[in-house]
Amino acid sequence: MTTTTAPTTTTVLDASDVTMRFGGLTAVRSVDLVVNSGEIVGLIGPNGAGKTTFFNCLTGLYVPTEGKVSYKGTVLPPKPHLVTQAGIARTFQNIRLFANMTVLENVLVGRHTRTKEGLWSALLRLPGFKRAEEASRERAMELLEFTGLAAKADHLARNLPYGEQRKLEIARALASEPGLLLLDEPTAGMNPQETRAAEELIFAIRDQGIAVLVIEHDIRFIMNLCDRVAVLVQGEKIVEGPAEVVQADERVIAAYLGTPFEGAPGQEEAAEVEAAEAHSTTEGDDK
Amino acid sequence: MTTKTPSTDSSATSKAATAPATPVVPLPPAAARAITGAGSALALVGTFLAWTWTDEFPGNLTVTGYPGGLQVLTLVGAALTLLFVLSGYGIRGLGWLTPGGTNSPVLLGALGVLGTTGYTMGAISQELGGLVNLEPGAWVSGIGALVAVLGALGLPADQPYGADESRPGLWGRIRHSLTAPEPGRAKDLPSWAEILIIAAGFGVGLYVFAYGIGTEYSELFIGFLITAGFGFTAVTRAGLLKRLSALTAKHRNVTLAAAFVAAICFPFTQGNDQFALIGANILIFATVALGLNVVVGLAGLLDLGYVAFLGVGAYAAALVSGSPQSSIGLHFPFWAAVLTGALASLIFGVVIGAPTLRLRGDYLAIVTLGFGEIFRITMNNLNGNSGPDVTNGSNGIPNIPDLEIFGFNLGVPHNVLGHELTRSGNYYLLMLLFTAIVVMVFRRSAESRIGRAWVAIREDETAATAMGINGFRLKLLAFALGACLAGLAGTVQAHVSYSVTPEQYQFAGSVPPNSAFLLAAVILGGMGTISGPLIGAALLYLIPAKLQFMAEYQLLLFGAALMLLMRYRPEGLVADRRKQLEFHETGQLDVPDDKPLPDGATGVAKAGA
Ligand SMILES: Nc1ncnc2c1ncn2[C@@H]1O[C@H](COP(=O)(O)OP(=O)(O)OP(=O)(O)O)[C@@H](O)[C@H]1O
Ligand SMILES: [Mg+2]
Repeated sequence: MTTTTAPTTTTVLDASDVTMRFGGLTAVRSVDLVVNSGEIVGLIGPNGAGKTTFFNCLTGLYVPTEGKVSYKGTVLPPKPHLVTQAGIARTFQNIRLFANMTVLENVLVGRHTRTKEGLWSALLRLPGFKRAEEASRERAMELLEFTGLAAKADHLARNLPYGEQRKLEIARALASEPGLLLLDEPTAGMNPQETRAAEELIFAIRDQGIAVLVIEHDIRFIMNLCDRVAVLVQGEKIVEGPAEVVQADERVIAAYLGTPFEGAPGQEEAAEVEAAEAHSTTEGDDK
Repeated sequence: MTTKTPSTDSSATSKAATAPATPVVPLPPAAARAITGAGSALALVGTFLAWTWTDEFPGNLTVTGYPGGLQVLTLVGAALTLLFVLSGYGIRGLGWLTPGGTNSPVLLGALGVLGTTGYTMGAISQELGGLVNLEPGAWVSGIGALVAVLGALGLPADQPYGADESRPGLWGRIRHSLTAPEPGRAKDLPSWAEILIIAAGFGVGLYVFAYGIGTEYSELFIGFLITAGFGFTAVTRAGLLKRLSALTAKHRNVTLAAAFVAAICFPFTQGNDQFALIGANILIFATVALGLNVVVGLAGLLDLGYVAFLGVGAYAAALVSGSPQSSIGLHFPFWAAVLTGALASLIFGVVIGAPTLRLRGDYLAIVTLGFGEIFRITMNNLNGNSGPDVTNGSNGIPNIPDLEIFGFNLGVPHNVLGHELTRSGNYYLLMLLFTAIVVMVFRRSAESRIGRAWVAIREDETAATAMGINGFRLKLLAFALGACLAGLAGTVQAHVSYSVTPEQYQFAGSVPPNSAFLLAAVILGGMGTISGPLIGAALLYLIPAKLQFMAEYQLLLFGAALMLLMRYRPEGLVADRRKQLEFHETGQLDVPDDKPLPDGATGVAKAGA
C-alpha cells in the first residue's frame, strides 16, 4: 500500500483501534494508522471529523477510550511528556507558543527532554551546566537557522507574524529530536507563497529522517507532499492510500461535498445549496 | 492665585487648538523657562526663612538661615527642578541630566515642590490652628512653587502629539506634558566610569531609602513620599533611569555587588534600633516575597497561603532554638536550626503540593488559601487543651534566645569602625545573607532549563507538557523550593522577633508578612523579576509602618493603590526582562490573540476518559 522506495522501512507509529468518546459523542472510532520511517502521511477530513482529537490521542493529551498507540515497537503511556520523551513531537492547530518568551527560549523549552540539568546543577552551577546550556543554545540556533527565524531569536514569540509563529512551533517541536513529527494544519492562514515554503520545510524535515504525519485542508498541499493519505470522516477512517487514489475516491468526494441524492442531477442540488446559503444565517449541517 | 489656572487654561484651549504640541499655559518658551527658574529659585530661597513661629510643629521650621525638616525636602525638590531648568537652557555640563525629556522633568519637579510645600503649609495651619501660623518664608516658598508650576506648564511638551490625538482637551494636554520620549542610546563610557555611575546610583538609592526609614514623624514621611515620588518620576522622564538600567543590565554582577554593598551599609546609617528593626523586617518580608515569586512569578502558581511556609520555618526553628517555653527543649546551633526550619517547610510544601498541584488555576488558589488558614488554626489548637501541647497555642513560643555566631552575640550592640551596630542591625545583616542566598537561588534557577520549564508552564501548560515537560513534577519542584526559601526566612524571623505566635501568619493582616501582602508585593513590584518584589515589599512595609495614624484605613488605601497600579502599570513597578523586549514590537496587527481556547479541555477529557 505504501509508496516508499527505501527497502528498509521500519514502523515508526502504529496506532491500532484508537477510539475516543466524549460522553455520548464518539469523536474517533477504531482508527488504525501506521506511519513508516521516511514517510510523509496526510490526514484529511471535513471539519469536526476528529483529526485533532486523533492527534491528541496519539500524543497523550487525551487518554483514548480504547486502543493503543505504539512508537517504534513500544506501547506509549498516555502522558504527553512521556510521548515527547519517546520521540513524537507535535504542533497545534491553534498556535500554542509560549507567547511571552523569546523565540530562542521557545526552542530551548523544546530541548527539555533532551537535556537533564536539574535544579541542583543550576543552583550550584556544576561543571556540566554551562556546557549543556551552551550546547542547547547552539542546537536551538541551528534549528532557528533551519526554519529561517535566526534573525528573530530575541523577539518575543507573540510579536512574530502568523506564518513565522507556525514555523517557530515546528522549530520548537524539532528541538525535542523527534522521530515522528505531527503537524496540525501547518499552513492554515498562510498565503500561497508561505505554503510553498512550508512544503519545502517539511520535505527538508523528512530528509533528516523524521517521519511526518500532517493534518491539512489544502488538498493541493497534501497532493504535493504526501506519500500516503488517510481520510477521517465522522471519526472513522474511510479510505487510505496514495494521494491520487484517495482524491478520486467516491466516498471522499461524498464526505466533502455531500452525498448526491439518488438520481438527482448535480445542478439542481447546487442550486438548492445556494438557496440554502442565501437564506440561512446560522451555520448549517456540514454533511 | 489658584483661581488663575482655569481661566488661563480655557483661553489656551480656544486659541491654540490647531498647533501640534501646545503647552497647557500659553507662554513663549523662553519666558516660561525663565518664570519656572525664578519660581523654583524663590521656593529654594524661602526654605532658608522661617515657615512658622513655634517649634510645636515637628522639625523646627522657625529658624532663619538654616532649613530643617520639611523645608529640606522643598529645598531638595527646588534644587532638582532648578537643575533641570538649567539643563533645558543647554548649559554645558548639565546636558547629561536630561537625555530623555527636558520639560516634563521640570514640570514634575515643580509639582513635587508645590506638593511638599503645599502639604507642609496645610499641615502647619491644621495642626497649629489657622493660616496665621505661617511665617513669610512659607508663603515665599509656596508662591515660588506655584509660579514654577505655572511656568513649567507653559513649556512646550517634550513629545509631539501622535496623528490621532491632535486636539486633546485640557486634561489630555496636562497628561501629555508629563510624558517624554525615550532617551537614545548612550555612547559607551570606559567601564570604570560606568561602574562608578552604578555605584553612585546605588549610593543615592541607599541615601534616599535610609532617609525615608529614618523619618522621625509622619509629616516628614509624607513630605518624603511626595518629594521622592515626583522626584523619581522626574528622573525617569529625564531618561536617567533608562540610562542607569542600561548600565546595570550591562554590568550585572557589579550591580548585584553594588546593591549588596549598599544594603550592608544601611544599618550603619541607622543609630536608632527601631529603624534598623524596620530594615530587618523589610528584608524578611522582601525575601519571602522573592521566594513567592518563584512560585507565582516563574511557575505561575497562585499560592494564597504562602505565609504558612514562613510560619512552619519559624515554628520549627523556634522549637529547637532553646526557648524555655519550647515543648521540645532542644537547643540546636543556629545552622542546624536553619536546616530544621527549611526542611520542615520543604516537607510541608511537598505534602500540600502533591495533592493540590494536580488542580489547575482557581482551585489551587482556594486550596492553598485553606491550607494557610489551617496552619494558623492548628498552631492555635496545639495548646494542650484542644490538642497535644506543642506550640503553646495563641501564646506562641516566646523568649527565643539571641544568637551567638562565632562568638559574636547578635543580641547586643557592637561598635564597628566607629559606627554603632544595634541588635536589629546585627539581625539585619544576618538576614541580608539569607536574602543574598534567595536572590542567587532565584536568579540561577530562573536562568536554567528548570526555570524555562516553569515559565513555559506558566505561559501554556498544555503546550509545555507536549514539549516533554512533566508539569506536575516541575510545579511541585517550584512549590517546594518556594516553601523551602520561605522556611529559611522564617528561621531568622523567629530570632528577630524573639517569639512566634499564630497571629503572625495570617492571610491578611495589618503587619506585612501575610499572604495577601506577599502576593501584593510580588504583583506590585513586578512578577518574575528580582528587584520587583524587593522594592514592592519595601514600599508595602514602610508606608504602613510610617503612617500609623492611618492604620484603620490601611487596607482600604492598599486596595485603592493596587487598583490604580493595575490600571496604569499592570506589569508592576519593575517590568520583566521579557516585557522590556517591547522595543522589538513589530506593530503587527494580525498577530493572533495569545490564548487559544479549544484544546484547553484536556483536564476534562482526561477525567471523562
Ligand atoms: N474535549 C472535548 N470534549 C468534547 N468534545 C470534543 C472535545 N474535543 C473535540 N470534541 C469533539 O470531537 C469532534 C472532533 O473534533 P476535532 O477537533 O478532532 O475535529 P477536526 O477534525 O480536528 O476538525 P477541524 O478540521 O475543524 O480542525 C468535534 O465534534 C468536537 O466538538
Ligand atoms: Mg482540528
